[in-house]
Amino acid sequence: MNEFLQQLINGLSLGAVYALIALGYTMVYGVLRFINFAHGDVFMVGAFSGMYLSRWLKPLLGHWPEWLFAVVVLAGSMTFCAALGILIERLAYKPLRERPRLTVLITAIGVSLLLEYSGQLLFGAAPRGFPSLIESRSLPGLGELHATNIQAFVLTATALLLGGLHLIVMRTRMGLAMRALSLNPTAAMLMGVNTNVVISFTFGLGSALAAAGAIFYASLYQAIEPFMGVLPGMKAFVAAVLGGVGSLPGAMVGGLILGVVETLVVGYSKVLGIPPGYRDAVAFVILILILLFKPSGLFGKQQREKV
Amino acid sequence: MAPSEAATEIVVGEFASLSGATASFGQSSHKGTAMAVDEINATGGVLGKKMRLVTEDDQSKPGEAATVVRKLISREHIVALLGEVASSRSLEAAPICQQAGIPMISPASTNPKVTEVGDFIFRVCFIDPFQGTVLSKFALSKNWKRVAILTDVKQDYSVGLSQFFKAHISANGGTVVSEQSYSSGDKDFKAQLTAIKGTTPDVILASGYYTESGLIALQSRELQIAAPLIGGDGWDSPSLVEVGGKAVEGSFFSNHFSVEDPAPEIQAFLKKFNDKYHEQPDAMAALGYDSAMILVDAIKRAGTTEGPKLRDSLAATKDFVAVTGKITLNAQRNADKSAVMLEVRNGQFKYVETVAP
Repeated sequence: MNEFLQQLINGLSLGAVYALIALGYTMVYGVLRFINFAHGDVFMVGAFSGMYLSRWLKPLLGHWPEWLFAVVVLAGSMTFCAALGILIERLAYKPLRERPRLTVLITAIGVSLLLEYSGQLLFGAAPRGFPSLIESRSLPGLGELHATNIQAFVLTATALLLGGLHLIVMRTRMGLAMRALSLNPTAAMLMGVNTNVVISFTFGLGSALAAAGAIFYASLYQAIEPFMGVLPGMKAFVAAVLGGVGSLPGAMVGGLILGVVETLVVGYSKVLGIPPGYRDAVAFVILILILLFKPSGLFGKQQREKV
Repeated sequence: MAPSEAATEIVVGEFASLSGATASFGQSSHKGTAMAVDEINATGGVLGKKMRLVTEDDQSKPGEAATVVRKLISREHIVALLGEVASSRSLEAAPICQQAGIPMISPASTNPKVTEVGDFIFRVCFIDPFQGTVLSKFALSKNWKRVAILTDVKQDYSVGLSQFFKAHISANGGTVVSEQSYSSGDKDFKAQLTAIKGTTPDVILASGYYTESGLIALQSRELQIAAPLIGGDGWDSPSLVEVGGKAVEGSFFSNHFSVEDPAPEIQAFLKKFNDKYHEQPDAMAALGYDSAMILVDAIKRAGTTEGPKLRDSLAATKDFVAVTGKITLNAQRNADKSAVMLEVRNGQFKYVETVAP
């Protein structure tokens, strides 16, 4: 039982990261109806910007409490990636907004490759260690279980970010505009919604969440490299589809489910008879099953294609 | 011998993982190889010709090695091939070289299958049945009887090393209490380590490469597993410490040589390497250097670069004084050499003992 709970803790902290990335996919899809395949690489940039920020800020703010320092690095990296996300949208996607969606999709793959190989040029190909923003300690009072303060920080921060996101989308004028745009872009425009600003904002917000996910991922698993975004990006995409593309709670639940399922499959590979090498296959089997049996996902709305 | 048309230089191919998951291996072995070639050219080349090294990056990817090696053979008309460190990728290239009749020398692939491909395939390092025995004996000498094994199933090297280690330790009083696996590139090992923790091992063998092993060390400490970690020469990279930090302190691994060895060949190599690259060489750099020097020695003795004659000359290599020890290529085209055990202490690899074959 203890081992099961331990695996659950491991899975939830991984799932929180998937959820944060999946939100970016889902928000962009909600507003623009296209999958931003460069999202996983913005995640990678988030990790590297976090690494450099913490190196530069350490001499200045080293005497601050470590959680405060971690929050500063987190905020800095989120801001940087938000700017990067907005820039990518302006330069690569905006000129193609009136073109077929496939054109934008292929451009997104191009942007993804550009970011990966620029990353390799700038940061080198070898994996780098991520500086520990918070010294890892076991949380007391859990008996046989071991959750670290980093896992606790990740889960708390994820919950706070999701709460914040919910407030933005549901309670602000910008959120209202986002929802309007996702319902009907033309009508929203006629009602005076400034589409350009809303789309930029959506990209900025999604990229900031990816950066947060990256800092958490790097804090949990310590090694970062230019191609680190590929697999988590794909899995977050699966998580978004699982929850229903376009649905914010769906992306969150999808991410958590995926993280837990993946961890349990590896942890109980002997019992299940699935070799742990298949951990990445798990996500994609889930994707295939969802597409076969419930294409709209857990929380998605059924949409009929008009002929 | 009259030089044939356009053959004013000897073209030697090299394939290495200059980028990707095991970039540190490729970059190190390439530095060693390139230094050897520069040295030979500075002293007048070989058979009166300059050597030209053509290097291709296989990006640490399965499949890519075969592609770049075919390109080296068909486009660059190489006379011999040097590479790779990772056994999986050497195993991709070996059948191609064997078929083309081009001698291949791997600097550091330790899986026995590599040279079993054919009589044109050589290596300048020891092999994993020996390395597995060294690690097992070391564990037993420390009285670590209950062992857990964590294998990278995507790497022939890791699979082989785990298997040889397990065979030896099971036959000599040890028990394998848990066997877990993962795939290269994984970052999360907590699920496997949680399962291992329940079996209370005395020691954990992480038989994969440095990045994953560094992460395994970190995550095992986070789960409060106190058992020390041991590994093979796949750990030999500064990235092990960069990634693993304090968590890899007190871990042990077997390797091809130690920079602390006072042998004159090693100290001379250290100085040359440091003058050229301003850093300390690791075992992969030394083996890369040795692989090129063995090739040059064989070309000189053969007096030609024709495939079959060069092959025979390579196979006859005896008592060649290399940086990583005296090299005699045996009937299986492997080098019989001793291994060293190193301990990670204060972020450095400290010499513990030498184990003879």
